[in-house]
Amino acid sequence: MTGYERPEGLHPPLDSPEYRSTLLRAPKRPPVRLEQGLTEITGPLLGAERVTSGDADLTTRHPGEPLGERMILTGRVLDSGGRPVPDALVEIWQANASGRYAHRVDDHPAPLDPNFDGAGRCLTDSDGRYRFVTIKPGAYPWRNHLNAWRPQHIHFSLFGRAFTQRLITQMYFPGDPLFAQDPIFNSIPDPKARERLICRLDMDITQPDWALGYSWDIVLRGPAATVFEQEHR
Amino acid sequence: MTAQRGLTPSQTIGPFLAIGLPWPDGPEVVPAGTAGAITISGRVLDGAGEPVPDALVETWQAAPDGSFAHPDDPRGAGPAGFRGFGRSATDSAGRYHIITLRPGALPWPGGGTEAPHLDVSVFARGLLHRVVTRIYFADEPQANAADPVLATVDPARRGTLIATPAGETGQFRLDIRLQNPQETVFFDV
Ligand SMILES: [Fe+3]
Repeated sequence: MTGYERPEGLHPPLDSPEYRSTLLRAPKRPPVRLEQGLTEITGPLLGAERVTSGDADLTTRHPGEPLGERMILTGRVLDSGGRPVPDALVEIWQANASGRYAHRVDDHPAPLDPNFDGAGRCLTDSDGRYRFVTIKPGAYPWRNHLNAWRPQHIHFSLFGRAFTQRLITQMYFPGDPLFAQDPIFNSIPDPKARERLICRLDMDITQPDWALGYSWDIVLRGPAATVFEQEHR
Repeated sequence: MTAQRGLTPSQTIGPFLAIGLPWPDGPEVVPAGTAGAITISGRVLDGAGEPVPDALVETWQAAPDGSFAHPDDPRGAGPAGFRGFGRSATDSAGRYHIITLRPGALPWPGGGTEAPHLDVSVFARGLLHRVVTRIYFADEPQANAADPVLATVDPARRGTLIATPAGETGQFRLDIRLQNPQETVFFDV
């Protein structure tokens, strides 16, 4: 039976004290290694029933258009071997152009936009491709440290095809001057891996006289070559 | 063979997941009132014992006959129709709940049988990557005693993975404690 590779040193350590919310939430004990059985190599294959038409366009869901810089965001969900992940649910959520979330807990005194709720979802196509139309989110302050600001970002939730591949992450924009002071972005140990969260301005996706285009590929854990029985006899 | 691509790293779900992720039927792996349905509920607690009101608890499990409606199951895909997946955002008191059917036992690829269980992902502000745990059932003592995964866990901590019957039939409870001293066992999958 084929399992999935185990990335070493890729994800941020849960114990990352510069991000203060980790202090009371990150587990203190080391995790127990779980061999991958049937529950881990399978996973929810959520399909079309989770998505309705219009869910992938965050700019047309209200009577008026949201304010801000309209953008097209597209890319592919792949595994590390380059194989596309088709028919997989992709969910996103984000702040509006002013850096305000349409959420009761967000008390940043920036304007809400009645024409923007900031949630989107779609299914990847047979080539693993997703595509959203949205507006560029604003940077926003938070209380992690004095004068802390999050770089502009869009939250992404991905299923892949196995429990083991489940991933929630954030996508950033090129050249953001706020990267250097952001403990969430910098919690990823390898600077090269951080850069993989940054989308690329793509003039082939950009539509003249209408919207800038950005591309961003997401790479999920691929199958591992090892076979359980041989590994653990 | 294509060149290996670098994997996408994880980031925290943050405090605003409620904008995009909860589904009206998320906690209902099966509709409430389904024959044989059980409810698993509990709280997500932080290291100070305070509720975590902005967590997302997701579950994945076999059908009652031990099958998965998934083509990668080497025994063949089970019948379609059982979603197997639950998603519950915690409320202001840190509570989650999942309405589902009891999963069946499973053959373990290394030999032996896995006791009925659910795989669980917990996401929250302050967690830069999901934490993974499992839910077993206290009324399956023999199956649990033979479970190859529980066998890898310190016996003193196994109880953090075992939901206990509560009150009415079909109700189970299990709290998820992110930190000491009663910290839930989390797995590196
Ligand atoms: Fe955010």
